[in-house]
Amino acid sequence: MPLISNIRCGLVVYVLDGEGSALDAGIVLILGQDGVTSGAIYALLALALVLIFSVTRVIFIPQGEFIAFAALTLAALQAGKVPATVWLLVAMGAFVAAIDGLANLRDRDTEGLGSLLGWNVAYPLALAALLYSVNLGELAMPLQIALTLAILVPLGPMIYRIAYQPIADTSVLVLLIASVAVHLILTGLGLVFFGAEGVRTAPFSEGNLMLGEVSISLQTLWVVGSSLAFIVGLYVFFSRSLYGKALRATAVNQSGAKLMGISPVVAGKLTFLLAALLGVFSGLLIGPITTIYYDTGFLIGLKGFVAAIIGGLASYPLAAAGAVLVGLLESFSSFWASAFKEVLVFTLIIPVLLWRSFNSHHVEDEE
Amino acid sequence: MKQSVRLLVVLAVLALVPALLPPYYVTLLNYIGISALVAVGLVLLTGVGGLTSFGQAAFVGVGAYTTAVLTTADNLPGWLAWAGQSPWLALIVGLVITATIALLLGSLTLKLSGHYLPLGTIAWGISLYFLFGTLESLGGHSGITGIPPIAIFGWTLDEGGEIYYLIWAFVMAAVITTQNLLDSREGRAIRALKGGVVMAEAMGVNTSRSRIVIFVIAALHASAAGWLYAHMQRLVNPSPFGLHHGIEYLFMAVVGGAGYVWGAVIGSGLVTLLNQWLQDWLPKLFGHAGNYEIIIFGMLLLLILHRAREGMWPAVLRVLRIKAEPKKLVDTAAALPRRTMPTRGEVILEVKDVTRRFGGLVANNQMNFNMHAGEILALIGPNGAGKSTMFNQISGVDTPTSGQIVFTGKAVAGHDSREIARLGMSRSFQHVRLLPRMSVLENVAIGTHQRGSGGVFPSAWRLERKEEERLLAEAARQIRRVGLEEHMHEEAGSLSLGQQRIIEIARALAADPCLLLLDEPAAGLRFKEKEALAELLKKLKAEGVAILLVEHDMDFVMGLVDRIVVMEFGEKIAEGLPEEIQQNERVLAAYLGGVE
Repeated sequence: MPLISNIRCGLVVYVLDGEGSALDAGIVLILGQDGVTSGAIYALLALALVLIFSVTRVIFIPQGEFIAFAALTLAALQAGKVPATVWLLVAMGAFVAAIDGLANLRDRDTEGLGSLLGWNVAYPLALAALLYSVNLGELAMPLQIALTLAILVPLGPMIYRIAYQPIADTSVLVLLIASVAVHLILTGLGLVFFGAEGVRTAPFSEGNLMLGEVSISLQTLWVVGSSLAFIVGLYVFFSRSLYGKALRATAVNQSGAKLMGISPVVAGKLTFLLAALLGVFSGLLIGPITTIYYDTGFLIGLKGFVAAIIGGLASYPLAAAGAVLVGLLESFSSFWASAFKEVLVFTLIIPVLLWRSFNSHHVEDEE
Repeated sequence: MKQSVRLLVVLAVLALVPALLPPYYVTLLNYIGISALVAVGLVLLTGVGGLTSFGQAAFVGVGAYTTAVLTTADNLPGWLAWAGQSPWLALIVGLVITATIALLLGSLTLKLSGHYLPLGTIAWGISLYFLFGTLESLGGHSGITGIPPIAIFGWTLDEGGEIYYLIWAFVMAAVITTQNLLDSREGRAIRALKGGVVMAEAMGVNTSRSRIVIFVIAALHASAAGWLYAHMQRLVNPSPFGLHHGIEYLFMAVVGGAGYVWGAVIGSGLVTLLNQWLQDWLPKLFGHAGNYEIIIFGMLLLLILHRAREGMWPAVLRVLRIKAEPKKLVDTAAALPRRTMPTRGEVILEVKDVTRRFGGLVANNQMNFNMHAGEILALIGPNGAGKSTMFNQISGVDTPTSGQIVFTGKAVAGHDSREIARLGMSRSFQHVRLLPRMSVLENVAIGTHQRGSGGVFPSAWRLERKEEERLLAEAARQIRRVGLEEHMHEEAGSLSLGQQRIIEIARALAADPCLLLLDEPAAGLRFKEKEALAELLKKLKAEGVAILLVEHDMDFVMGLVDRIVVMEFGEKIAEGLPEEIQQNERVLAAYLGGVE
């Protein structure tokens, strides 16, 4: 089967054009493996999107940007360069410290000032100093990954603070337009930081696992395994921990949760922290599988959306199942009609909306 | 300056521009005009209707590609050959295709909550963009060239300064028809979408239809813009129809002021000029070419959403000292035809064995009562007794788990509140549902919706003015009747809560009901206002209107109503004349606590 040697994952630009060729069991296995790998990534994204929407009502279009930033940041570290994203962290931290600090001073509330400055000013600067002082290219991969997470994950709550918190009470529509604005800013910055060149990071583990006739790349196992681990972790977090329960309470009824002492601001920031973690980790996972450009994240993120919509932006298991469906549809459609791959994936939303529409019996009254 | 004079000034300036400005600016104005056409559609959809679409650029693409294919093809199939003969025929074909797609997409997301539509349009915008670039017949990524110019009566518009007039004629037509539409019966129905679906439906507005209508209209504007674009550029390729351009159109509408038709024009102008300027200057600043302007655009958009969600247009109005003119009322307008009222004493509403369960909770259990024409019945009971659930089931907002509700001889349980409203039931809401930025007159006029018939097209071209005069005159009559005539032209949101409740009653009356459902109408009223309200309700009763009240103010209830139904824990515990109820042991126990 020399034809299919270039297939790795649905996210890859396909070399193969399978139109007209027969589909045998081997190809089905490879396409299936491929689809499940992409599906696992989309599932992480879809979970983050459902989480953010249910807690904050924000439709978070820029979720995909975390993917691109993660892969590009890790690639910069592996190349021994200080990634420019750390300066984004410094700048956004300073901005948050300035607006919150001024508000605190105005209210003569100096209590929280220490931790505010610590997290938003001292931490980013310390991280930047650390990055300049070590030889990044020679660090072990787990350390590079840890640094990437340390740089990018705090951006989540900062984005919430700057873009969404001032308009948290407005309609879903206004929040959605704000999401589009954030997406534009991050994409534009991505180009400034990383240029138009694509990157591919080193895989977590090289090689393949042979299961009888089938060869499975170890990176695929990493992707699927970590997605499952994340899903289990989130399940435990939401069912066992106090913060998880607080987020669930906010998702069900924000004013009720507020009366119980759960601050919507804290809930929002925590949600964005989790979403950033999911997004950055997804980016680290697919970095070795496909070439990532500064604007790749958007399309990947939108596929996560298609999955999240399958779950009605509310159900985690349906969203995860939807994600695998999107991944499989993508990998199989790239076999039969590779030119129409994107068209097919995004057109999937039409039967999905139709199905949701038939299953919805009441007209919802919105704000 | 009067509105019409201002419009003439704008038209005169626009007409002179090509003669006064160098071609570079005329070209820029052509782009602004095309964008403005798209943005006007978004104002209707987003600013007024509260829906949005990021896929408008794809509709622009449909219009552009349709005309490009039809006017450049050498061998169209026989059945389509007629369409290739003139750009004007291609415009019609493009509009038909666009309307079909918009109808399909719109109807898919209609029953879902509002944010599915924008998400759907993102997906559809992307998929159409890829389709444009992939299909060989559309020229792939290099597109289609050699599109002929448009000709009008032999005048060929092949220069920027010539097609300028056509573009701005389209823009002005869009602005004027959209303003006309908003100022009409259909327009009020569209504006009512933001006040909540439940209210609009209770006033007889088909909200699904209104949503589809504005989505299709916005898509048609975009499609026409695409047609102009194709014949101005004389070539098309996929890049101007991608998602980012769809976002840019929305940005234009938001910057200008998404709630204002002229805001779309201002917004398109500002964004297009800023875009030009940033694309010239930013690369010089940063040293190499890039997509820097989108960073600035994103930040500006956030700033506008945070600080000036109304956009630029209100500021322009303030600077020019332009204030909205109060609506003219024509006192001589013929009165609207009235419903034939049921004869006094006839049973008009029967509630039979109605049970409503929410999971394990039984909110209404085996409820039975009747109402007669010309009777005032109060439904009372402690909080949580199930009164509002009963109210919602009667008015069609909720459906009984079992049992039947018969209104004017027709079984209505499970029917839309719109259908029930048409049979002559009208209501007010416990939590006031008015459109705070609309005048009292216009709010009340929403109540007349089902007594008129002026559609979208007649409204846009002002062919329904006679009917509109009658509807407004009827609304004014109801406002005078409830004693709020001095506030008729004020914004409804500026009145006190008690007055807003009275406006709700006027709105319900404007529907000419034979059964009026009032949910706590006396709450928040002062003593004198309560007296006036009681007088009004007695007058309505004398006219043969039946009134069902949910009310907690016992003094108000006891002196006014004919009969009382008392509920507790979802069940009817008593029914009878006010004096009987006051003596009823179970009622006293329910209200004051039982004696063990």
